[in-house]
Amino acid sequence: MLKLKNINTYYGQVHALKTVSMHLNKGEIVTLIGANGAGKTTILNTISGITPPRDGEILFEGEGIVKLPPDRIVRRGVSQVPEGRQVFKPLSVEDNLELGAYLRYRSREGRGEIRKDLEKVYELFPRLLERRKQMAGTLSGGEQQMLAIGRALMAKPRLLLLDEPSMGLAPLVVQEIFRVLEMLRHEHGTTILLVEQNAKAALKLADRGYVLETGKVILEEVASELLENKEVQRAYLGRDKKEIWER
Amino acid sequence: MEHQIWDRTHECMPREDIEQLQLERLQATVNRVYKSVTCYRNKFNELGIVPEDIRSLSDLSRLPFTTKDDLRLNYPYGMFAVPLREVVRIHSSSGTTGKPTVVGYTKNDIKTWSNLVARFMTAAGVTHDDVVQIAFGYGMFTGAFGLHYGAETIGASVIPMSAGNTEKQIMIMQDYKSTALVCTPSYALTLADRMEKMGIDSKSLSLKVGLFGGEPWSEAMRREIEGRLFISATDNYGLSEVIGPGVAGDCHCKNGMHIFEDAFIPEIIDPETGETLPPGNVGELVLTTLTKEAFPMIRYRTRDITSLDYTQCACGRTLVRMKKTMGRSDDMIIIKGVNVFPSQIEEVLFAIEGCEPHYQLVVDRRGSMDTLEVHIEVTENIFFDEMKKQRSFLEMVEKRIESVIQVGATVRLVEPNSIPRSEGKAQRVIDRRSL
Repeated sequence: MLKLKNINTYYGQVHALKTVSMHLNKGEIVTLIGANGAGKTTILNTISGITPPRDGEILFEGEGIVKLPPDRIVRRGVSQVPEGRQVFKPLSVEDNLELGAYLRYRSREGRGEIRKDLEKVYELFPRLLERRKQMAGTLSGGEQQMLAIGRALMAKPRLLLLDEPSMGLAPLVVQEIFRVLEMLRHEHGTTILLVEQNAKAALKLADRGYVLETGKVILEEVASELLENKEVQRAYLGRDKKEIWER
Repeated sequence: MEHQIWDRTHECMPREDIEQLQLERLQATVNRVYKSVTCYRNKFNELGIVPEDIRSLSDLSRLPFTTKDDLRLNYPYGMFAVPLREVVRIHSSSGTTGKPTVVGYTKNDIKTWSNLVARFMTAAGVTHDDVVQIAFGYGMFTGAFGLHYGAETIGASVIPMSAGNTEKQIMIMQDYKSTALVCTPSYALTLADRMEKMGIDSKSLSLKVGLFGGEPWSEAMRREIEGRLFISATDNYGLSEVIGPGVAGDCHCKNGMHIFEDAFIPEIIDPETGETLPPGNVGELVLTTLTKEAFPMIRYRTRDITSLDYTQCACGRTLVRMKKTMGRSDDMIIIKGVNVFPSQIEEVLFAIEGCEPHYQLVVDRRGSMDTLEVHIEVTENIFFDEMKKQRSFLEMVEKRIESVIQVGATVRLVEPNSIPRSEGKAQRVIDRRSL
C-alpha cells in the first residue's frame, strides 16, 4: 500500500534521512523505533508532505505522492496525528473533529456522511462525546490525544500516521489508545505507521518494525523478533543497561 | 497428496514485492555491517563505497566479494556483527584446508533458520505426522541441527541418529517406522546397499521421503535412490557460512531448488572474472544474506556451480530456482585445459544399463599429458565372459564419456567394494598430478 524507495530528506544542510526504503502492506501496523534524532518523525513528515524529500520515491497505492502538497496527500487517504496532539485549543471538541473533515465539506459527499463519521468517532471515544461542547484546551492530555486521533479519522484515511501518541500519558490511557488502534485495523482495515518512544508497547501492537539510527534503517524485522533482539532491547527497551559489553 | 506451503506470504510474493523487501533488507544489512564489522568497513572504504550508494538491487554488484579467506583472516570472531554475548550458537567448518571457519547465530537467527528449513521440508512433503530420521553428523556441522530444528518447527517427530553405524540406522528405521530420511545422497545409497546385503526389502520400510544434501548429486542418482528405496528423493541447498541448510530446496516439481529470496539474494558470476552473469547462465553462485543478525554475509562466493531460473514454477512459489549444483568451482578438474566436473561423468555412468553407482576418477600426468581414468566397480551385469564383449562395453562407455566432457578417458573395472564407501561426503576424484 505504501512504498518508500531511497528517500533522502534534508533540513537545510542537515541530512536527516539517508537513502531510506520501507513499505507497509494493507492492514499492517508498522512501528519505527530509534533514538531521538534518528529520523522517525521526519519519515512521517516526509510521507505526509510536510518536509518533502530531496530525492527518492514514495508510492501510495501505486501512485507517486512525492510532489504533492500535504492537503492533496490527505485527500488521497493519508492522515497524520502530529506529535504533541496539536489540537485547536480555543475551539470546542466537536469543532476540532469537524475541521478534520474540512476537505470533505466541499466534495460531493453529503454532510450526512460526515455526521455519521462523527458518531463513529464518538463511539470509539465516548469521552469525547461527553465533552463535545467543551474547549479542547480544557481536556486532559489523554483526551486531547483521543481528539487528535479522532480528528485525523474524520478525513477517512486508509493510512494513519501516528507520532508518539503515548507521550506523557498514564499507562491506562495508553492502553486505551492502543486498543482503539488495534480496533481500527481490525474493523476498518486501516493501515498504521506508528512512531513511539514506548518501543516495547509499540512492538507488542505492531506486525513489523524498522529500526532507525542516524537517519538510516539498520534493521527490518517482524515485531516479535525485534523484541528478542538484544541490541534493540539494550538501546530502546531499557534492558541490560549495566551489562553493555564491547568487543 | 496435497502440497503445502509453509510461509505463503514469503514464498508466493509478487516479484515486485520481493524486490522491494530485498532492497530494504539489503540497505539495512549494508548499514549494519558497515557500522559493526571492521572487515566490511575496510573493504568498502578501499573501493570508496558508502552504504548510501546502494540504491537498487543492481548496485549490489558494486560491493566487494567475501571469500573463505576473509573468514580465515578474521578467525575466529572478526566477522561477527554482534558482540559474542548475543550469540547463542557457534558452528564451524572442518578446517581440512587450513584454519576452520567460524559462524555464529543469535536467538533470532536460530528461529529464522528453523523456519527456512521448515519451508523446504514442507515443500518436500514433510508434515507434523512424519518421523524424521536424521543421519547427518551432529556436532560442528550445521546440517543435522538445521534439519532437526526445521522438523521440530513443523511438529514432526525427530530421531537424532547422527551419522554412521549403518546397521543400527536400518534397525531404527524399521523399528521406529521412520518416514523421512535425512542424510547425504551417497549415504542413502550406502543404506540401500547394506539393506540388500542384509536381505531387507526396502518396500517393507515406512520411508516415503528423503531430504538429501551436503554434496552435489545428479538427476540419475536421484532416480537410482528413488528406485531402490521407494521414496521421493529431494534436494536442498545451503552452506554453513551463509546459514547452513535452508538457502534453497526442491518443491514437489523437482525442477530446481527454490531460493528463499526474502532471506538471500543470489547472483551468478563468472568464477574467473568475477563478472555478474545474466539469468540462465552457468557460473558460480554468490549469496548475500538479508536477515542474519550475528553473521551477515555480503556477496559470499560459494564456489558452487549452478544457474538460476526466474520462470514461474507450477507449485505456486514465485521464488527463483537454482539448478542442482554441478560441482564446485574448486572441485572442477582441468584436464588437458578442459573444465570437467565429476557430476558430468556420473550422469553418463548412471545412464548406462547395469552400471553400479560406485565410481572414482583418477587424474594423473604421464610426461606432459594429463590422463583420466574412470574406475567402476564390476558387477554381474557388466561382467562378460567373452573378452570381445567386455572390450566393446568399455569402449562404449569411454565413447559416451568423451562425447560429454570432450576429453578422452580410460574406463577400468575394479573389484566389487574396492572403492571406499562414504559415510559423509564421497571422495570422487583422486588427483595424482604433482602440479
